[in-house]
Amino acid sequence: MKFTSLLTSAAIALGLATGAVAQDKTKVGFVYVGPIGDGGWTYEHNKGRLAVEEHFGDKVETVFVESVPEGPDAERVMTQMALDGADLIFTTSFGYMDPTINVAKKFPDVKFEHATGYKTAPNVSVYSARFYEGRAVQGHIAGNMTESNIIGYIGSYPIPEVIRGINSAYIHAKKVNPDVEFKIVWAYTWFDPAKEADAATVLIEQGADVILQHTDSTAPQAAAQEAGNVVTFGQASDMSEYAPFPRVSSIIDDWAPYYIARTQAVMDGTWETANTWDGIREGMVAIGEISDAVPANVKEEALALKAAMAAGEYHPFTGPLKKQDGSDWLAEGEVADDGTLAGMNFYVEGLEGDIPQ
Amino acid sequence: MDLGEINPVLLIASLMVAATPLLLAAIGELVVEKAGVLNLGVEGMMIVGAISGFSISVETGSPYLGFVAAAVGGAVLSLLFVLLTQVALANQVASGLALTLFGLGFSALMGQGYVGVKPPSMGEIHIPVISDIPVIGPILFQHDPILYVGIGLTAAVWATLKYTRVGLILRAVGENHDAAHALGYKVIKIRILAILFGGACAGLGGAYISLIRVPQWTEGMTAGVGWIALALVVFASWKPWRALLGAYLFGGITVLQLNLQAAGVAIPVEYLAMSPYIITILVLVILSADKSSAPASLGRIFHASH
Amino acid sequence: MIVLEKRPQPSKAWSYATPLVAVVATMIFGGVLFAILGKNPIEAIGTIFWEPLFGEFAFYYRPQLLVKGAPLVLIAIGLSLGFRAGIWNIGAEGQYIMGAIFGAGAGLAFYPLEAWYIFPIMVIAGAFGGWLWAMIPAFLKVRFGTNEILVSLMLVYVAEQMLASVSLGLLKNPEGFGFPGSRNLQSYDSAHNAELIAGSGMHWGVVTALIAVIFAYILLNRHMLGFHIRLTGEAPRAAKFAGVNPARLILFCLGLSGALAGLAGMFEVSGPSGVVSIDFNVGYGFTAIIVAFLGRLHPVGILLAGGLMALTYIGGEIAQSQLGLPAAAIQVFQGMLLFFLLAFDLLTNYRIRAARSEVA
Repeated sequence: MKFTSLLTSAAIALGLATGAVAQDKTKVGFVYVGPIGDGGWTYEHNKGRLAVEEHFGDKVETVFVESVPEGPDAERVMTQMALDGADLIFTTSFGYMDPTINVAKKFPDVKFEHATGYKTAPNVSVYSARFYEGRAVQGHIAGNMTESNIIGYIGSYPIPEVIRGINSAYIHAKKVNPDVEFKIVWAYTWFDPAKEADAATVLIEQGADVILQHTDSTAPQAAAQEAGNVVTFGQASDMSEYAPFPRVSSIIDDWAPYYIARTQAVMDGTWETANTWDGIREGMVAIGEISDAVPANVKEEALALKAAMAAGEYHPFTGPLKKQDGSDWLAEGEVADDGTLAGMNFYVEGLEGDIPQ
Repeated sequence: MDLGEINPVLLIASLMVAATPLLLAAIGELVVEKAGVLNLGVEGMMIVGAISGFSISVETGSPYLGFVAAAVGGAVLSLLFVLLTQVALANQVASGLALTLFGLGFSALMGQGYVGVKPPSMGEIHIPVISDIPVIGPILFQHDPILYVGIGLTAAVWATLKYTRVGLILRAVGENHDAAHALGYKVIKIRILAILFGGACAGLGGAYISLIRVPQWTEGMTAGVGWIALALVVFASWKPWRALLGAYLFGGITVLQLNLQAAGVAIPVEYLAMSPYIITILVLVILSADKSSAPASLGRIFHASH
Repeated sequence: MIVLEKRPQPSKAWSYATPLVAVVATMIFGGVLFAILGKNPIEAIGTIFWEPLFGEFAFYYRPQLLVKGAPLVLIAIGLSLGFRAGIWNIGAEGQYIMGAIFGAGAGLAFYPLEAWYIFPIMVIAGAFGGWLWAMIPAFLKVRFGTNEILVSLMLVYVAEQMLASVSLGLLKNPEGFGFPGSRNLQSYDSAHNAELIAGSGMHWGVVTALIAVIFAYILLNRHMLGFHIRLTGEAPRAAKFAGVNPARLILFCLGLSGALAGLAGMFEVSGPSGVVSIDFNVGYGFTAIIVAFLGRLHPVGILLAGGLMALTYIGGEIAQSQLGLPAAAIQVFQGMLLFFLLAFDLLTNYRIRAARSEVA
């Protein structure tokens, strides 16, 4: 807690109450699904907001509301921001999709940006990150690092986003290590550090020596560290406090470039509806430093893979690929289309188990 | 599917870890309820304990000091409950719920500077020879010290309730506060001490999550453990050893369902995920043959009017 | 030395005055908290209490108070009947979820048929879902004597897993590109619980909540069953002599509170929320317990308490966005408000007197 002196506050109370906000400022609102102290998803979006403030300085005013439940509460918060004169509002959770569309209808002059959804409107854009590109790099390193050939994967809920990550990691692990096996545990929660810790421990006990996670807490990192010889990757944020081992690399959500660009577009009057799905190339997905625990040649290959994706030369879902049931999906050289990827609800060939339905 | 991949020894060892925060909080609440007070604020006291312990152990570098701070933090928060229910004679159910709301918010304010920080590690007690005994060693002798504190506390509470004068007075106050008052016992004072003890235990349980089991600080990280602990007290029908059993059972089913998933058992995951709760209900029905009931004065307000 | 002396009759004057005293006390202590956090306390408190009711955009916030308050009141009314009789249903959150699943499921089963009878069927299905979920603890209590607090609480977690399961499977929108969540009932006219007058916030859930308040008032004051409920809570032994059948009372109280919670969930999913999704439930079932006690388990009190809670939620959001207050500070503020409301109630039932130290 910040114990700013009472006197200062009293002084503000007496005189300097934030009166009329200068009209030339661009006001940007952010609606968060979790607390900014969640250390993961919302934490990174808030870093993006701070980057916007830093970049534009006095020209911009940002506001945010955290821990907003999906549904009517979100709709109210967005409406309230729009009423208060926001020019641009970022709504940062999939469940905000319909509320965003509803509110956008009522405020045609306000621009809305919805993260991870698919519904657009004249004043609603959607944006998301190609995390599966980062998963490809992870899979490559994981396949090389595992000695037991068992890789544990902690999933949150069986939704396309998570399934895509599993597939991408598996394909690239399998490429370098044909014997690799994935053990997948669904936590059925977005956020429960204790359960994530349990899940990691269970996977380690069942022989996994690499843990990939699609949940945001560092609990699995700590479990791996305790086990001693288990490799992990940071998720959502860098988790560098666990580097160089067990955390050997990470996928970082970096929203700052996008948020700055879109705010700039509103200022310039050039904002247009867009359906953005950015990856490593645009900087929305970053790969955290690969530590020295990874052999030099593997690190080199991983960086080359990253470079190929950054250059647009390589797509993680490139044929020939089959679905889990053995049916053909992508022919030799064919690249998955974004529509299929966005709604991915199947495993690729070689993965075991069923996706919970 | 390969059940052979589940190692029962490791399973038991990790269920003990999973159960410890539950056990600590439940034992504290058990004493509170034995004294005739129902404090539904366990979740709030746990989370305040979690951040108190976390911040102090980060600042001092000592996890032990952290646990002391957690106990103090939980007890201080429970002091609010004392003021409401013992001094202002407010309704206990509502006060407890308000305490949880307050605790969740307050802990988040306290923890603003501690997101993404790694706490000092406590390490395991490793006693040569006995820790290395196969099977028994990993189950019984390779844990962190607080886990043993939890078991020790259970034994202490059991013995105190059963054999000591303090325990007798506590039970008397919980069973019939008017009679206890007539006998000259200081009902309010005894209840206050019990509530503070409960707060300290909940604080320890919370810190076990933030310092050992996870370990990190994030807002709302206790994620409902306090509520399960409350349920556990009823489940245990106010008996300490049954609380231990219940905690292990609950932790065990949680860990087991994850194990089954990892082993690829073809039961739909959502049913596995809800199994700990359903099994708790089933066990409760089976145990309901046992008619040992709640302390008679539980939740009732005491005011010495004569 | 200060002693408390029980009043022979609860003080009428104090019972009206204590909520005001509590709100003033919360403003003072909350103001100190906001000042510590470096915010202007007067502005912050003004924003929370004034802005939603009388501020520039009150035309939007006032109807929102109804939207936010209605489920709280509806659930709390049901709970209060049981609480009065000493029957502790703390699993309203689960019943709320099941009501939403059943209600939305019934509606979606007809999709895309448009017919007048769909919405009434959904209402019945929603109430049934909540009732069913509450009958589990009720039946187990009557049959085996199991504790309803524990069973109803456990069933909240089971319901949450069910919610996740149907969001990802059974009720998943077939046109949703594989994303979780059901079709939006707001765009399915026959199933949409729309505002009765556009912009008023009045939807069927609000109407039902008001009816429930009146119904509960009459039940408690004019009906034999209401008398039995009160008698069981206040004097269980006397109730036995009066011929109250405890099993029937348990089934009635738990069933009714479950049905009302189910209705609240159904009206929410078909109206303000629109979709069944993994995170559909936002804790109304737990907050309603607080509302029930803040309202002193009295129907009119609950109505006012529900409104007050809704006000702090909405005002709190405005304060977050306009003043940059953290959500946690709002939570602490709400906690304080509850503390003071509970603590000052003392004055209604007790007189504080300075006394010579006698034997206390």
